[in-house]
Amino acid sequence: MIGAPDVVAFTKEDDFGEVGYPNPWVVPEEFSVPLFPSNNNANPWAKTSYAKFTKDFILISEFSEQVGPQPLLTIPDDPKVFGTFDLNYFSLRIMSVDYQASFVGHPTGSGYPRLSFVEDSRVVLGDSKEGAFAYVHHLTLYDLEARGFVRPFCMAYVSADERKIMLQFQELSLLFSRASECLKTGNRRAFARELQRKLRDLEYTRSVLQKEEGLQREAGPQGCYSARAVDKANELAAMEKSIYEHRDLLRQITSYPLRPRRDPHAAHCQHCVTESQRHRDAPPGPDRDTGEEAGQRRQSYTPQLIKGKSAKCFAKRLKNLTELCEERFYEATVELLNHTERCFRGDLCYLYTRRLDRALRRKQNITNFLFEEELGEEEEEVAVLGRIFCSLNHTVGTDSHIHTPSIVLCPEPPESVEVLEVNPPCPDNSAQQSEALTGEERLESSLSDLTMETQDQESSEENKDSFSSDRSGGEEEEEGREGGDQTPVFLLEAEEGGEGETHRVCEREGEAEGGAETEEGGAETEEGGAETEEGDGQRVPDPELLVQMDTACCMSQEGFLYNSSPPDTLPASGLQPGSLPLPLVVNQEPQALLPVQGDYGLGSPHCPSPGAGLDLPVSSSGDTTSRGSDQDGWDCTMSASTGSERAGSPLGYGGLVTLRQKKRAGQGALRFVRQYPFALHALWSLLSGRTLVVLGSEEGRVRRLVSALALYVPGPGRCGERVQPWLSCPFSLTDLQRWKLIGLQRMASPVGTSMLCSLSRYSRYISVLDADRKTLRCPGYRGTLLANVADHRTRLRRGSTYFLHLQNVLSRLASRAFLLSFTHHLHLPISHLEQRQEVEERTRGFLRDQLRLGEDDCSILMYLSQLITQHYLDSTSGGAVTTQPHLEKDNTPGTTQQDLEANNILDPATGGAVNQQDPESNTGGRVNTGQYLDPTTGGAITPETGVEPTTGGAITPETGVEPTTGGAITPETDVEPTTGGAITPETGVEPTTGGAITPETGVEPTTGGAITPEQYLDPTTGGAITPEQYLDPTIHQSATRSRAPPSFTFNYTTSLLYKI
Amino acid sequence: MLRWILGGREAQGSVEKNPVLFIGEEQPKNWFTELQVLKGHFDIVRFLVQIDDFRFASAGDDGLVLVWNVETGERLLELRGHSQQITAMTAYTHTSGENTHTSLITASSDRTLSLWDPETGNRVQTVSDLQSSVKCLLVLERLCVWVSGGNELCVWNRDFQLQCQSHLVSQGISATVELPKNCIAASCILYEPLCCPCISSEPRLTMSTGSRLSVAEVRRLSDHQDSIHALININDGLFASGSHVGELILWDAVDWTIMAYEHILWEESQTDTQAEIRLAAPKPSEMSIQQLTSDGELMVAAVGSGLYVYSVITKSVVAYRKTAHDSNVLHTMLLPDGGLMSCSEDGSVRIWEMQDLLLPAEPASAGFFGMWTFGRSNKQAGPPVKKVLELPSLRTLELTGDLIGHSGAVQMFVSFGEKGLVTCSTDHLLIAWKNRERESHLRSLALFRKLEENGGL
Repeated sequence: MIGAPDVVAFTKEDDFGEVGYPNPWVVPEEFSVPLFPSNNNANPWAKTSYAKFTKDFILISEFSEQVGPQPLLTIPDDPKVFGTFDLNYFSLRIMSVDYQASFVGHPTGSGYPRLSFVEDSRVVLGDSKEGAFAYVHHLTLYDLEARGFVRPFCMAYVSADERKIMLQFQELSLLFSRASECLKTGNRRAFARELQRKLRDLEYTRSVLQKEEGLQREAGPQGCYSARAVDKANELAAMEKSIYEHRDLLRQITSYPLRPRRDPHAAHCQHCVTESQRHRDAPPGPDRDTGEEAGQRRQSYTPQLIKGKSAKCFAKRLKNLTELCEERFYEATVELLNHTERCFRGDLCYLYTRRLDRALRRKQNITNFLFEEELGEEEEEVAVLGRIFCSLNHTVGTDSHIHTPSIVLCPEPPESVEVLEVNPPCPDNSAQQSEALTGEERLESSLSDLTMETQDQESSEENKDSFSSDRSGGEEEEEGREGGDQTPVFLLEAEEGGEGETHRVCEREGEAEGGAETEEGGAETEEGGAETEEGDGQRVPDPELLVQMDTACCMSQEGFLYNSSPPDTLPASGLQPGSLPLPLVVNQEPQALLPVQGDYGLGSPHCPSPGAGLDLPVSSSGDTTSRGSDQDGWDCTMSASTGSERAGSPLGYGGLVTLRQKKRAGQGALRFVRQYPFALHALWSLLSGRTLVVLGSEEGRVRRLVSALALYVPGPGRCGERVQPWLSCPFSLTDLQRWKLIGLQRMASPVGTSMLCSLSRYSRYISVLDADRKTLRCPGYRGTLLANVADHRTRLRRGSTYFLHLQNVLSRLASRAFLLSFTHHLHLPISHLEQRQEVEERTRGFLRDQLRLGEDDCSILMYLSQLITQHYLDSTSGGAVTTQPHLEKDNTPGTTQQDLEANNILDPATGGAVNQQDPESNTGGRVNTGQYLDPTTGGAITPETGVEPTTGGAITPETGVEPTTGGAITPETDVEPTTGGAITPETGVEPTTGGAITPETGVEPTTGGAITPEQYLDPTTGGAITPEQYLDPTIHQSATRSRAPPSFTFNYTTSLLYKI
Repeated sequence: MLRWILGGREAQGSVEKNPVLFIGEEQPKNWFTELQVLKGHFDIVRFLVQIDDFRFASAGDDGLVLVWNVETGERLLELRGHSQQITAMTAYTHTSGENTHTSLITASSDRTLSLWDPETGNRVQTVSDLQSSVKCLLVLERLCVWVSGGNELCVWNRDFQLQCQSHLVSQGISATVELPKNCIAASCILYEPLCCPCISSEPRLTMSTGSRLSVAEVRRLSDHQDSIHALININDGLFASGSHVGELILWDAVDWTIMAYEHILWEESQTDTQAEIRLAAPKPSEMSIQQLTSDGELMVAAVGSGLYVYSVITKSVVAYRKTAHDSNVLHTMLLPDGGLMSCSEDGSVRIWEMQDLLLPAEPASAGFFGMWTFGRSNKQAGPPVKKVLELPSLRTLELTGDLIGHSGAVQMFVSFGEKGLVTCSTDHLLIAWKNRERESHLRSLALFRKLEENGGL
């Protein structure tokens, strides 16, 4: 028997104790890693568990009222994942800790059944015997046929590592809540639709009954009622009651989003609330549909005659998960879960490292563009995914209008006919099906036939139809547990990462990148050498799909009808019966969808969808959701690469430079460093901003070299816009300022000659690496900074290790460059008398004495600092103005966007988000995220021009900078209006930056000392950085870029020729 | 040619014809360390005119006039209106009270003249259907009029009303300079090759009673043997003209007499070995004086592909370099620090420094060119006496830097002092050359200003 599962308590201590100035030496919270419990010096890497599964997975289980707890689905959907782990047993365990106590039935004083609005519950439980631990998320879905209208489900994250689950509880809870919310929303829509159908049926039946009763009354003797007439009257009364009950249920379910939520994790959406408010104000009136004109009726649901009493048909087949939830929501849920699984792939150590990395990078927003890939990460992705289902909610309204005309009740694909034919038990149904196959125009005319048939079905249902029951006999079980009101087990802070997330311009790209990255992350941790490609795995169909459907049960038939019909059966129409035409439903038989025995793949309701080719390829193609998402990612990169920057670098990476690419490039870079002793100089060229041309006749070799060297290009752009992997025409001067790394084809033709001409002509601006002769011509490097990234005797053997090492060195460089860029006294005159030359001298002194850098190393830092300055000037200008609309747009997708989506994006679920982002990315945002040296966008604000108006415009720069020339407003006094004459850099700075940069005052040369700037970096950047400020590189910049052309800087340095 | 790719570092100079001129990539005195490519023209850019201390206009064969901000590189305005190539452009500054307002006057091959307001981009005035296209423009601020020279010499007032015109010569006027006593010197390009004597005529503007202006030819100075390519004012008392065959004449601006006469031959007198190599007498194009520039004391003549620095005060050669460029020098400029800048058809701009000759016995200068000096008195005297140069005053032109960026002939450049230099070229591009240190300093200032605006990071 089942023992009591050991429920692990989870509590989170609140650290509200200490308020006050944080100790600068304490690591900020986001960088902290819980210490490994150091009891008895345990090896932290020792495999402590003896779980039978190798990887974490997500398990969805149901407590079926017929068969009890049963596993439904695992994510990833690969039997290899859970191996010999007993899913049935584990389902039993996790479903038996259902904390929900849902209330069902008729509460006292109320005549109608009430729906229980059950909040999710979250528990962590473990099975020490199995070595499995799980975060279990219980949720309840509504099903009209289920007992108490509820079906308890749970989603569990199963892992062998208890600590991992405990420590990641909040994240898990957040992600699962989103998925649950998505699933429940779809379920509510499906439920409402089902209710409406049922109401239609009831009303139709009532009308039939009334007619019959009238007939009988007429037929019978006056004044006295026959027994049959009394029966009819009773039946009618029961029908009336049933109608009222169902109306009330419909009212309850449509007002669902308005109820107060106790679950802090539930994803809120204002739009949902208002929408449902609207629906409530216009109360659901199913009657209104009945009186509508024929044309509308044609497209609407055909009511069927049903039995009056809402019989509990135990023999019937319960709806499976895909039927319980609208298809798109279901797929979005699965996508969310897939994403969740990806997010938590890897062991705790890896997760922490990644989190630290993210936290650090978030701190370094200003310098990230240099070497880090953009923060297109999970939270980002979650934000997007979180919006997916919300936008699902809202796009449907417009969808329906667009899709309605195109709805064709096309014949079933032949397979389903076969299915029908091999399905002997219901000959009449198959006949009906074949009718439906012949053409939908017969639908209207065959209405009476249908009702007759359904009458037959009703009767058979009454008799608890034998053939269906024997088919599904194994599933007959006692009813599932009834849910009631419950309290969430763990109260967690709501939405910690979701809403306040930065809204990046190219969120979809970010998402794609993030997805790829997590995949990569899994590979990098050696966790899955044979990593399964999620996109390729065919999802194992729901076990429920294999269940023989109760053909006689009208409700389930409806369910199937609904599910198999394309998205013309729209949730909104379910909620809005009067205003939207109900979609025309093929009155096909459920057998059409029944899986052939042994052919699981057919069980997917996607396959025979008549809407295939009409719309929503994701939902109608047999693909798994994850592949859909992969395709989305691909589409998104494609669209990104065909964006405006495509013109800028026609042969660029053609998409985002993902971390995976970068790590692969790490191997190439390591090989380069080990192979060429002069690699150092080439790296210096790249890092100091001198364009490196890789010359070679063999394209593959050149491309490999370029992609390896691209790692060293500072600020390569999101899509590597500053890298040109293969160029086969002579380049011009403008190419030099566009590209920092060029792969050039060596040709023997006249074109080649002119190309070499341009090479030699611009030789002072470029370094040339000859891949064929293995020579390098560039200025020599005599610094020390790069010594340990370009040591050709390095002991590093693995490309990813080298990549991380390189990232380390580069981010160190970037932080120094940040310091250089944002330290005031290095750029602003300390006293009025100081000239530019003296300031520059001070800067040089800072680099030389404080940072202890040589000349060549200085040029690296100067270049990086220049890029940072440029990036800052470009990205922030007007950002505050322009980001705001984006934020609003993203949060509440407007109707215009929806129209746009509905027109050209086939899947509103995932595609919607893509499309929303695309216009933004096409504005050139990703091209010019500060890549182009836009010399003085703020040039109009340069001191000279500031001075000119007052003094007549004849002022030379020096006098402009020189404040002693009179009453003119000088830049210094502009910057520091308060302190008057004696301006020290510190005072000049502090009021402006609010003390965020105060640590730099410690670096002031006068204080001297051996201050290493890195010490000060954290507090420096840890100020009040609002990411939004820096995240809008697009709009303003694209406006100014056309006006202020880029510039590039260079040195007059003699090049040397290096050979192996 | 591309030996450096094969391995020879010093072979870099192989691009240059003259290895002596190869400066290499180490140019410590060259402070143009940042460049900005300004795109906008669709054809050869020929003219650059400075409007004020940060704006300039460019014009060329595409008929477009573009106004730029040299500090940011922004294209401020696009002045469209001419249907054919621009043949002349000048800035027209008039002062009304406190305000000085600068306009642009452009002349085009479509035989129109236009006045533009560089603030708004409006075409303020336009004159079309001229009898001939205008080749040169001259603003006489003193008289508040301006002069256009084409086949005829026209005088216009500020409101584009024709004051008077005169058919001075049969050939078109190619250059004009303002002289004292309301005189203008106009030089003509010789169209008929047979008519050898070249004409330098001096029309005088006479201010009659009222505001009526008239123009009349005063004297014709026919001392050049060939067509005059260059004509400049040196100072109040002198002007100079240079001809196709290398004659350089200094004129007295008041009484129009010859102050000095130089004939630049670029003669290679280091005979023996060189003589065999020398094919023939120097081609006239090698001696053609393309352009003259002067700061009042020194005068620079662009002679063929060489440079020739002449001291107006001592009336003697100061420095010269026969092959300063690989091709014809198109524009020169004297730098305030005593340097010299030149641009050429070879696509490069070179910066020169005049250095005292270290070794007086340096043979290279011994007879690079012959020179005849004529006094005013003995102008018509007998055969010219070849004067052996006395070297003490002679200095050398040392290349201190070159700017390489254009892929076509650099037509012209205009300097904004510390803010940089703008070059225009036949490759349809303009390039702004700047000082990286200064620019990055300005950017840093902008950064901190923005930081302040944003209220911190």
